[in-house]
Formats: sequence, C-alpha cells, structure tokens
Amino acid sequence: MSIRDNAWQMASALSNKEISAVELANQHYEQINAVDKDVHAFLYLDKEGALAQAQEVDKKRASGEKLSPLAGVPLALKDVMTQKDVPTTCGSKILENWRPPYDSTVVTKLKEAGVIILGKTNMDEFAMGSSTENSAYGPTHNPWDLTRIPGGSGGGSSASLAAFEAPLAIGTDTGGSIRQPAAVTGTVGVKPTYGGVSRYGLVAFSSSLDQAGPCARTVLDAALLHQVIAGFDPKDSTSINQVVPDVVAAAKKLDIKGMKIGVVKQLAGEGYQKGVENKFNEAIAELVKLGAEIIEVSCPNFEYALAAYYLIAPSECSSNLARFDSIRFGLRVGDDGVKSAEEVMNLSRQAGFGREVKRRIILGTYALSSGYYDAYYGSAQKVRTLIKQDFDNAFAKCDVLVSPTAPTTAFKIGEKSNDPLAMYLNDIATIPVNMAGIGGMSLPCGLAEEDKLPVGFQIMSPAMKDDRMYLVGGALEAALLAKWGKPILDFAPKLAGSK
Amino acid sequence: MSLNYDRALEIYEPTLGLEVHVELNTNSKMFCGCATEFGAQPNTQTCPVCLGLPGSLPVVNERAIESTILIGLALNCSIAPFSRFARKNYFYPDMPKNFQTSQYDEPICVNGFLDVEVETDDGNEIFRVEIERVHMEEDTGKSLHVGGATGRIHGADYSLLDYNRAGIPLVEIVTKIVPNTGKYAPAVARGYVAALRDILRSLKVSDVKMEQGSLRCDVNLSLSKKGSGELGTRSETKNVNSLRSVERAVTGEIIRHANRLQSGEKIVQETRHFLEESGQTRPGRSKEQAEDYRYFPEPDLVPVVPDAKWIEELRNSLPEKPAERRKRLQQAWSVPDKEMSAMVNAELLDTVEQTVLLGADPTKARSWWLGEISRIANDKSVAPTELITVKDVAQIIELIAKGELTDKLARQVVEGVIAKEGEPSEVIAKRGLKVVSDDSELMKAIEAAIAATPETAQKVRDGNIPAAGALIGAVMKSTGGQADAARVRELLLKHLGQ
Repeated sequence: MSIRDNAWQMASALSNKEISAVELANQHYEQINAVDKDVHAFLYLDKEGALAQAQEVDKKRASGEKLSPLAGVPLALKDVMTQKDVPTTCGSKILENWRPPYDSTVVTKLKEAGVIILGKTNMDEFAMGSSTENSAYGPTHNPWDLTRIPGGSGGGSSASLAAFEAPLAIGTDTGGSIRQPAAVTGTVGVKPTYGGVSRYGLVAFSSSLDQAGPCARTVLDAALLHQVIAGFDPKDSTSINQVVPDVVAAAKKLDIKGMKIGVVKQLAGEGYQKGVENKFNEAIAELVKLGAEIIEVSCPNFEYALAAYYLIAPSECSSNLARFDSIRFGLRVGDDGVKSAEEVMNLSRQAGFGREVKRRIILGTYALSSGYYDAYYGSAQKVRTLIKQDFDNAFAKCDVLVSPTAPTTAFKIGEKSNDPLAMYLNDIATIPVNMAGIGGMSLPCGLAEEDKLPVGFQIMSPAMKDDRMYLVGGALEAALLAKWGKPILDFAPKLAGSK
Repeated sequence: MSLNYDRALEIYEPTLGLEVHVELNTNSKMFCGCATEFGAQPNTQTCPVCLGLPGSLPVVNERAIESTILIGLALNCSIAPFSRFARKNYFYPDMPKNFQTSQYDEPICVNGFLDVEVETDDGNEIFRVEIERVHMEEDTGKSLHVGGATGRIHGADYSLLDYNRAGIPLVEIVTKIVPNTGKYAPAVARGYVAALRDILRSLKVSDVKMEQGSLRCDVNLSLSKKGSGELGTRSETKNVNSLRSVERAVTGEIIRHANRLQSGEKIVQETRHFLEESGQTRPGRSKEQAEDYRYFPEPDLVPVVPDAKWIEELRNSLPEKPAERRKRLQQAWSVPDKEMSAMVNAELLDTVEQTVLLGADPTKARSWWLGEISRIANDKSVAPTELITVKDVAQIIELIAKGELTDKLARQVVEGVIAKEGEPSEVIAKRGLKVVSDDSELMKAIEAAIAATPETAQKVRDGNIPAAGALIGAVMKSTGGQADAARVRELLLKHLGQ
C-alpha cells in the first residue's frame, strides 16, 4: 500500500483491513508536510476533523458495518465548496476566515460515504482564472515543473493529485476549471452534466455554468467519486431528477468497439501546440485500434463560444458577488464608526477582491446595463442556443465528441498574468461544454515532445449520458497505460521530500 | 392663488396607477423553509438561503405559486403557461443577496381587471380597473435606524438589521393606468384597494393587515390638462398604509400637482413618501438618479410552468366573489346600503354572517356586533372578535329572543363575558341576571308600585294609559331590571282593569 496507489486500490486495502483510515490519512498528511511548501496545493488542512472522521470509519468497519466503497479514502476539497465550520475562502481575501455554518450537498454526500476530507485546495479567486495565479493566497505550482502553472481555477485540486497529497479531489468547472488543470497536471477531471451534481454550497461564480465534479488519477477513481457526489438534490432547483448513469460500470467496461467518436474540426489548428496535436492524434489512433469509428464533425458556432462565455459568466458573477458587502460575513474594512455602511462596503470590496474578479464584475455590470442588455447578454444567450444546436447535430452522428482539452501544455507562472485575453484562450476547447450543459472529461494522453509535459484529451458526452465519456475514457486509458508501461505520473520528476 | 381640490379638477384630469404589495401567509418563505410568523425575535427565522450566505440556493415555494395563481384568477387574469424569475440588482443593507429575486418581463399573471363600486353624485357607479400584471417576489429584511432626527438612514447613529422578513413571499399587483375617474379618483383608489383586500381575504392567501405592512400600496398619479389627451409626468407615493391614507394621498397629490403645473413648474418624476399627520407627501429619491436594476433571468431557478389542469382546478376552487357575496347577504338580510357599508368597513361582515348562521336574527346580530361590542372594543383598542366569540353572541341573542334576557340584562352578560367571567350561562348564574318570569313575584312588585303612587294608578284606571309608564318604570327599578317590561305592562294594565 502506497500513497501512489489509486483510490480504488486504497479502498480495497481499507476494506481488507491492510491499513486503517487513520493511517492512510496520516500518510497523506506526511506527504503534504513534505511537498506542499513547494506545491502549495492546500489553503487549509483540517487534520483534526479528518482524523476524527477516519476514526469513525475505522470504528464502523471494525464493528462490521457495511460501508460505502470509498469509505476511508482521503480527498482534497476545492475551497469553493462550503464545509461546516471549516474556512472557505474561494481563494479570496474577502472571505478570509469565513467559516460557513453549513455543509454543501457535495460535502454531505462525501461525509455520508465516509470519504475523508483532508483540507481545502487553492484556486483562482472565485474560480476566475486558468492558472491559480489569481488566488489571493499565492499560486499553486505544477508538480511536473514547479515554475509552471497547475492550470485553473482548480489548480490546487489537480496538483494535490499529481503530488500524491490526495488520491481524490473535488473540483468545479465553469469554463474548464476541472478539465484544464487535469490536462496540464497529467490527471483525470470530469465535469458532469449540468444539474448532475448539486450546486448547493458551491459558492457561485456563474450559476448557469458552474458544475462540481470529480478529480482523480484514473478514470475508474473519478467514476467512483462521481457515483458518490452525483444525484438529484431538492435544495438545487437546477439539479436533474433522474437516475445517475452507471459511470463505474462504464469505466470498467473497456470495450468501445463500433462506437462513433466525433473529432471537432474547430477545436484544432491555429493556437494549438504541435505536441498537443500530436499526442491527441496518437490517442485517436489508439481509439481506432480499439475498434471505434472516427468521424470528423463541424461545430461552426464554437467560434463564438469564448466571446459569449465572457459575457454570460461575468454578468452572472457581477450579480452573484454582490452579496460580499461586509455586512453579514467576510472582510470588513474602514468600519470606524464614522463612515457610512456604503463607504465601508465600497472599501471592503475594494480591498477584498482581486484584479481579475473586479475586471469581471465591471464587465458583467456593463453587459447587463439597460441599453446594452440585448446587444451583450441577450446575444450571448442566443450564441449559447446555437452552440447547443451544434452539439445536438454532432451527437446525432456520434456517441461522443473529442478534442484536445487545452491548446497548450502548462505555461510558466507569470507568463500570461498580464494578458487576460491570452489567459482566456486556454479555455477555448472546454467552454463549449459548459455553454451547452453537457458532460466533459479530460484524461492524460501523453507528454508533448517539445516540453515533456502532459497533454489532456477531452471527451464530451450528451447531457445525462455521462457514462459514455467514462466508457471511452476507461478504454483509452487502459490502451495508453499498456503502451507506456506505467502510469503517466511515474514520468514526472520526483518532488523534493516526496515518498 | 392656490388651487383647491375642486378648482384643480375643473382644469386637470387625473390618471391613476396603483401598485399593491401583498405578503402571502404561507408557512414558509418564498425560497427556503424558514418560518414567516410576524413579530418573532429579530433574526430567529433565518437560514443560509434567506441570509444570502455564499453557496446557498433558492427553491421556489409551491404554495406561493398556488396563491399567486389564485390571486390572478380572482382578478380575471390570464395565467402564463411559462414564466420566469429575474434578478433585480441593487445594493441595500437589508437585502441579503444585494439582488431581489422577482419577476420582470415574464410575470405569472397578466391582463386582468377588478370592478370597483364607488358612490357618486348619481348613485353607485362601477369603475373598471384594469390589471397589468400579478407577479411574485421576495421581501427584503427590515432596517431600524437608531439615532438622528428622522429615523432615516441619513443621520442615524447606527442601524439594526432584522432578516426575519427577508424572503417572505410577496405578490405585486400592478394596474394599468386608470383614466377618467375625475373627481372620484381618490374614491376609486380607495375602493380598488378595499376590493382587492376583500378578494385576498376571501382567498385566504394573506393576512392583508395594512397596519402590519402585509398589504402596502404605492400610488402613482399624474395630471393632464383637460382635453389635452396627453399623459402628465407622474409621481409615485410609496407604502401608503391605510385605505384612508390611499384616498388622502391621491387628493393631496392632485392638489400638489395642479398647483405646480398652474404656476408653470414641472412635475419631477420621483418617488414620494406619504406623511400620515399632514396628508402631504415629501420627496424620496428622484427617478433621474434611479438605479439601473440590470434585470436578467434568475439562473438558480427553473421557469415556472404550471400544469393547465391544475390551473383549472384552482379556478374551480375560487370562493364566491366578495362583491357578489355582499349583494347576496344584503338582500337576504334586507340591510340598507349605508349599514352594509358600515359592516364591511368595520370588517365585521364575516362575523355577523357566522352569528346569523348560528341562528341569530341578522338585524340583532348586526346591532350587537356594530353597537355594544364594537364600542367596548374601540375603548380597549382591540378587534371586537378578540373580546367575545361568535358562539357567545349568538347564544345571548337567542336568550333575548326567548325572553330569558332583556336587552339591558344582555348588555351586562356581554360585559361579564368580556371580563372573562365565563360563558353567558355562567355569567347569568354568577351575576343573577335571569329575567323575573314568575308572575306572582311581578304582581308583588306591581302592587307595591301602585301602593307607592295611588294617584297614578287611578289615572290609569280612568283610562290614561300612558300614565302606566311611570308605574312600569318603578317595577323595573325595584326588580333591578330583571323583569320583562312587556310582561309587566300586560299584568299591570290587567290589574288596573284596562
């Protein structure tokens, strides 16, 4: 039993009583102590809470109680999900030291399943960014190369997996925040169908796009976690009241003979790194070998996805973030007994929000203003409908669609931080999935020749057909593992102090 | 020279618009499960959702939708097969999310009307008030500004916030412009709010207590020069809190507008506050600095798509229309217009009807509730129904009818019941208020009265019947009012050979 094992292996060691949940949690805390000073994946460690939880699981197991498959397996939680009494900052100064009085539904489900929550992971402030550089608490470093970004916004979650600080993590994905970090860290990340996982307790960035999902080192591990957190929640009106597709069975099936896989013409070419395209094409070749039929499909409206996204997401965020007014919770600045409530609110928001957050609030406020609404927000919603139609047309011809997850491998910290537009382009291939509310997965498909950094392969499936991406992802992963002879993370340089 | 009301209306034609906010009486809030009870300790009826804590999400209260549809149907509206919530974005300390979840361009009910009966110089006349929309939204919290002279946020030392009200379901009912009401504009406005209140009460969807703010009215008013056919600039007087104030606000604004216009000044489009003491309004915030609410569809909620069958079920469940019910009862009880209005205005129509349903005579029931009981209630500043039950009143009326109580005795019984001495029978027993119905006892008292004033008795014997009054009075006095005066008269006259 090693912390480099997969979550399902840890689960079986726990269930065979080869290791206790407390021991397993402690091993991970040791690894965190050893490497997180360099990686900075975590913002907060809830060791006391996690060990108490682990003890509880061990006690139940000892008494012969039937436990859920992942009981006792540790997990890293993105700091955008509320966990009762545990600080939840969203990577922002404005929520520094805020301890929510309630659990998000995802956390409730994790606790019920006995999954041990080690701590909260770093992220771009309010999930706005593609590099984790926008965290008010400093960037996370990519375990493959500490001078590079781990992706974002959920860089902390994915880096914790790649650094073996946790075998499982929760991310949230508004425009690629699960998938792009997975791609650049050589891990797996899944954005389920919108409404597939409850958003209750997920601090909203853009309500109509946000979706929590599983992050792991293998497709099967992601499926096991998906099964725990998915399902209808009466507390979230937008959650879907349908049976969750059996993603675990799909991940285990490994047979994709005769499946029709569409390659999206628009998600390639200009802007895509050579090594990314090569690894993507090699993965396509593997899929052909597995008996899948490859079809080229055209989604002409994807061209407008990024522009539309940067109207819808900021618009919703300008409204969602209005509640951070220093009155009921969070940072309060300038409350000297003389200044008015309005002045204190302005000073607090000025001090509490970072540049990117302010940029998007201003953008969204403008886009929703009277006289501009139709031209901006209204048009963006129309684009959204067109993107959905593109997907509908494509899915009429194929079972899943595929593309590179991100146009490039991990770039250097600081390289794009003064160029928002270059930063936004990182999500060009992931955003259409959020706009249409469908499912998307990223799994590693190799290392780019030019920089020896991981490349992500994206699989997109129709709404509530999440099992399809697990089916294709599981089969591709197995084929690539056979080809490489060892898991991709074994190619990564060893971190100082790591086991 | 300033214009008075009558002069103003010789020159100008008023146009009304009324916006009424109604708090629904659902057990839980609009988007969460918190209780809605009025007057609870501050901030005890809150949760992450109505406090707008990060990560919380709203879920629509089905009961609130049902109530709103009922209101729409009762106001002859069409119910939209698809409607949506929208966010109205603005910052205010007592609004937890700094946006109000409301309905904007896709309300749930549209295009209705309400007929309002108003007393005019030519008798009662019906004014049809057209309804533009009925929509759902959530209430804000409440601010209490402490210190400073005005109780307003400016100049206050500090402010206290109570979020118990935040998220209480509100329904907003907006009229189309109401033209051609002339000098009856104040009466139409008042009549509209009163009729609306009756409908809401009959639907049992709201407490409709204006004094507690569960029904609040905004009055829009503009004047146009007669015959010009052009609408003037309007003012909006917010939160007018009684029927009388609605009427006064319209009157006051007509006079104010007319005088401004007459002296060549412009009307500023603004919100105004009604001042109870003077009946005047003072300016609030000007619409020129009005905020841009940046409405957009609420992404946390799915559209409201009520089932057509359900709407029909609700339509069939609508109670009798208050105006029709009133006509029916008025006829059945043969009550004159004026007294019917008195009953309605005193909010005692239901009570009187219930008393009648327990067997009481309608005239008696009305006079007890509106007379003696209302008088005592008025002295104590409570509602008549808080003092005594319908059942007790019905019983007392029955005892009078049977001759077991006189009106005078009955008043004492009412007094006893109100003093919590028990039910009418207990009060009668404790206070010994039974009518003396034993003839031999009455005869003794009659003989004593004759013996005391033989001259008067002789007058009666001689045929001067009205003189008997003094003797009857004496008998009533000696029996402490417990005798039945009619019976005394009968026995006395017989005894004196008349």
